Parts: sequence; structure tokens; C-alpha cells
Amino acid sequence: MNLLKITNLHASVDGKKILKGLNLSVNAGEVHAIMGPNGSGKSTLANVLAGREGYEITEGSITYMGKDLTVLPPEQRACEGIFLAFQYPVEIPGVNNVYMLKAAVNAIRTYRGLGKLDAMEFLHMAREKAKVVKMKDELLSRAVNEGFSGGEKKRNEIFQMAVLEPRLAILDETDSGLDIDALKIVAEGVNSLRSRDRAIILVTHYQRLLNYIIPDRVHVLLDGRIIKSGDRELALQLEEQGYDQVRREEAAA
Amino acid sequence: MSMPAINHYLEKSRHHGKQLAGDGLESVRNTGVERFREQGFPGMRAENWKYTDVRPIAGGNFIVPHAIGDRISRDMVNSARLTGVDCHELVFINGCFAKEHSPSGTLPEGVIIQDLAGATARHQELIGKHIAHYADPAGNPFTALNTAFIQHGCLIFIPAETVLEKPVHLLYLSGMHEEPFAAHPRNLIILSENARATVIESYIGLDEGSYFTNTVTEACLLSGSTLQHYKIQQEGRGCYHVGNFDIRQGENSQAESHSIALGGALVRNDIRVRLAAEGAGITLNGLYLAGGRQHIDNHTRVDHLQPSTCSRENYRGVLNGDARGVFNGKVIVHKGAQKTDAFQSNANLLLSDNAEVDTKPELEIYADDVKCAHGATVGQLDQDMLFYLRSRSIDETTAKSLLTYAFADEIIRKIGIAPLRQRLEQMVIGLLPDPELIREFAV
Repeated sequence: MNLLKITNLHASVDGKKILKGLNLSVNAGEVHAIMGPNGSGKSTLANVLAGREGYEITEGSITYMGKDLTVLPPEQRACEGIFLAFQYPVEIPGVNNVYMLKAAVNAIRTYRGLGKLDAMEFLHMAREKAKVVKMKDELLSRAVNEGFSGGEKKRNEIFQMAVLEPRLAILDETDSGLDIDALKIVAEGVNSLRSRDRAIILVTHYQRLLNYIIPDRVHVLLDGRIIKSGDRELALQLEEQGYDQVRREEAAA
Repeated sequence: MSMPAINHYLEKSRHHGKQLAGDGLESVRNTGVERFREQGFPGMRAENWKYTDVRPIAGGNFIVPHAIGDRISRDMVNSARLTGVDCHELVFINGCFAKEHSPSGTLPEGVIIQDLAGATARHQELIGKHIAHYADPAGNPFTALNTAFIQHGCLIFIPAETVLEKPVHLLYLSGMHEEPFAAHPRNLIILSENARATVIESYIGLDEGSYFTNTVTEACLLSGSTLQHYKIQQEGRGCYHVGNFDIRQGENSQAESHSIALGGALVRNDIRVRLAAEGAGITLNGLYLAGGRQHIDNHTRVDHLQPSTCSRENYRGVLNGDARGVFNGKVIVHKGAQKTDAFQSNANLLLSDNAEVDTKPELEIYADDVKCAHGATVGQLDQDMLFYLRSRSIDETTAKSLLTYAFADEIIRKIGIAPLRQRLEQMVIGLLPDPELIREFAV
């Protein structure tokens, strides 16, 4: 059984059709890259999976671990193991990063029938996970993303992923706005979180990230549909030829 | 406002005044009576009272409370005390000083911290010189009314060059009274040159019964002195609370006012600050949290009378249910008050469709070399923040509570006395739905 199976998905925002019959299957242990130009529907897909309000599914289905994902509120999706690393992580003044995460971890543990972690256990775990993306301790105790640089925000997303241990992680343009050093750190962090039980969807604009995180599958998203899929070579080909070539092929077919 | 309503109060004050004859405050009370007779209760046509209807107060037929009832137990008093802070604590029950609950500690040389009724004999001259000098009975009908009833309250005097290390806590406990009553606490704070003091006023209601608290605090800060003032208002849900706080500041004096309003049915707070000499500075922080049918009105006025004076004002409101909030912040930079630095901000969070807030920052500037800024916002919870928290598995109700708490805590966190801050944080979290997951955000 696929971990995630999206069939003929149509979705609109404010009455505007963005996804127009998208199909995608992801298995546990796999890393999929979804590439496409601006406006192709990449972020819409990420948001629809995470359950953001304002995205209307007009047709098709999303099945996650055999269940209909679309009926679940965002928090329940998170408890079921879905994680979205945001393209633009929001700053939340006054909400302490590490307390927020502890509340999140304990909500998930409660959902799964596990006991809550106490402050000491949690802090110990959080400090260990922070090392994954070389996050400074000082950032842990700040308000969520407040005053973080662009790179720190993206690192914080991956740190949160490490703490929450999702089954399906969707990384929405996690590479955008990162310099090469930060990109490497983030990529190393993501690589260290690859596992047989976990699937990762990388939503990205550029091939660059895929030099550091080698995907199992690459999909081209164009005008709301995946029009071509392949292995890593496809990403390199896109880099060379641009999306226009794929678009022409599609038109010809 | 109807004459019977005014006459009811005048009659009560006449009777009250007779009983207190000989305490040296007769003429002050008489002035209060006259000024109240002239002004009466404000109607909503008065600009300053546009949004706040005081008819329930005017028509309330409140009686002068009995001396301390035995219905308020020692345990009730103790649970309201400020634990964890070594302080000089004066307890008032239904507006009357409760000596048996107010242990007298040792004070630094020359410092006076005494209940007002008990201080009139010994400190008549000091009181006479200052009382009703900063809080003008002609300027506000409720100040006039309070003045007409002057009896209980506190006198705080700090001599020059003296630092009062321990905060003064004035604990006004109300409730458990069979008939609706009115209390008119009067506090007088005098800080001499370079003196320092911290004063906390707590107004705590013990039940849902109806009563009226009409409090006036006036403070005189002589040059170089520093006052930290906290007002924590957690009156009962049946309470009408009107508070007036008047401060006059001398050269280079610094004051901080933290006003937290959580309780009461109908609440009106006025703070007036006169920065009367160069270098004087005031910080005004305020938070009002209202739900149900609560009505909380905050009016502040800062007069920059002299050059190089500074004011910093930050008020926040959270309105839920059918609650109504009002903020009116006036800053006046008088002619000649060059190099004034004034900042004012009021932010409001509306949590329900029926909640309402009226906010009005007012800036009047009659000098040309000044730095002034002000702003007011009214909004709802940020949807991006809400989604972010939910995507991290925090349920919607908890996420809303957490964001609301974070919004309010921007004001509470400025409170310098840690046990007081923590107590307020816990209290605010406790007022929010489903706080279990986020309790520790308040430690």
C-alpha cells in the first residue's frame, strides 16, 4: 500500500483552479522531488496536504495510510504524522519555540496513546535534535522564528521536523533563500532524517537542492498536473533545458 | 443625570461626613460634595463618556458598607495576598481598612505607610497639603464623589533620598456583602526628592454580588524620584469599578504605571499624568481582557508641560463574547515643551463577532521640535500563525488560546515583580479555553 496516494486531484483557491487532475503515489522510505515553475501549483499541493483553510478540493482524492486525508483538520493530520516545512515560516511573537514544540510533541503523544514527556526529557531530546541542523541553543528558547534570519527559519523548520518525527514530510521550497553553506546544513539535516518508514516530498524550483538530497523520483508539475516523472536524471535535464522543453513535449503528445 | 441619583449620593455623603467630623478632612470632603453637585454623573453626550453609560452606577442605590463583616475569612484574605513577595501589605475589606489583616512592619526612617483614616490625626498637615491637590475634584465627577467620601485608603510618604525596598501592596477585597455597597478608596503617594517606591494596588472581588468601587490614587513625584505603580483589577462580575489615577511629576522623575483590568461588569479607568518639569518620564502599560458582557473603558491623558519630557504608552485589549472595550489616549504637548518624546500604541484583539472596541488615540501638539508617534490597531487572530501551530499538531482551541495569551503577555511580561507577573500570567491563561497544554508558557 502506498503511504500517500493522490488521485485526479482538483483544487481551487478563491474560485481559481490551481490543481487540475494531479496524480501522485509515494511509498514509505522514498524521497520525491516535485519541480515546476512559479504558479504551477507546487505550494498549493503542499498546503492542501497540510490542510490549510481556503483550499477547496473540487474533485479527486487524497489517501494517506489508507485513510481519506481531506476530512481531517490540520492538527489531526500532524498527529497522523504529516509535517509541512513552510516556504515562509511565520514569526509568532510571544510564543516560545521550545514550549511550542513540547506542546506539539505531547499533543501527538497523547493522540497516539503515549505518555507525555516531562520538561527534562523533552529538553534533552530537543537539544540532541538541534544538532541535526546545527541550531544554536539560544534560538530554541526564542519566540518562534522571531528575529530569525531566513536561513535560521529554514533550519528551524528542519529542527522541528527532527523533533516531531513525521511519517510524511513535505518540504516547501526549503532551499529558497539559502546560501550554499546553509543549504548544505539543511540538506545534511534532511538526509539524516531519511528512513525506511518515512517519506519526504521536496517541493522545489531548482535542481540545486537535489545535488545534496538525492531523490528517488522526480516529478514535473506544470499547470496543476504532473506531466512527467522520472529519476534524478530528469532534474538534471530540466536544469539544462528548462521547463519549456517539457511543456513542448507535453503539447506535442 | 437625574437629580434623585445625585441626591442619593449627596445624602449619603452628608451622613458619612457627619460621622467623621473632626478628622481634619471636612473641608476637603465639602469641596468634593460641591464639585460633585456641580458636575453630577456624566451623560453619554459628554465626549469623555461617549461609550460608557454610568446609569447603572448612578441608579445603583449603593449603601455605605458596614464595617468589616466576619463573612470574609482569614483564608480568603490569605489566598488573595501577594505571596512570594516581601511587601508592606495593607488589607481593606469592602473599602474599610482591616487592621487585623494588616501587620505593621518596620519602615525606613521617615517613611510613612499608613491607612488614611488612621493617619489623619498624626499627619494632618502633610495630608492637608497634598490631598486633592493632584486629583482635581473639579476635573472628574467620580474624583469629586470619591473626595466627598474621603476616609479609607492609604498614605505613602517617602522622604528624600530614601529607597523603599519592599513594595507596598494595597489589597482591596470586596464582596460577601448582603446589600450593594459603594466604596471610595483614596490613596495618596508622595515621593520626595530622589525617593523610590513600588506600589501595587489589587482590587479583588470575592463573589458575583453587586457593588461599586470608586477609587482615586494621587501621586506627587518630586525631582529625581521613581515610582513603579501596578494596578491589578480583578473585581467580581457584579462590580462597577471606576478608577482615577493622577500623577504629577517633577524634574527627572520617572514613573511606570501597569494597569491590568480583568474583572468587573462595568469598568472605567482614567490615568492623568502631568509631566511638569524637564526630564520627567512616564511609561504607561495597560491590558484589558473582557468577555461575556463586560465593559472596560481606559482613558489616559499625558500632559507634556515642559521640555525634554518623555512618555511611552502601550495598551492592549482582548475582547471576547459580547464584551466592549474602549481606549482613549490623549497626549498633549504644550507650548514650549520642546524635545518632547511621546509614543503611544493601542492594539486590540477581537475574538468574537459580537465583541467591540472603540479606540481613539489623540495627539495635540503645540510645540515644533518634538518626536511623537501613535498608532492603534484592531484585529483578529492571525490566520497564518494559527495554521502554523495547527500544522504542528496543536488543536485549534489551544492554538487560539496560545496566540491570545502571547498577545496579552506582551504587556504582562513588562511587570518587573516576578511572582506578580507569574500570578497574572497564570490567571490570564486560566481565563482562556483549554489551557492545559499551554500552562507552562506562563512560567
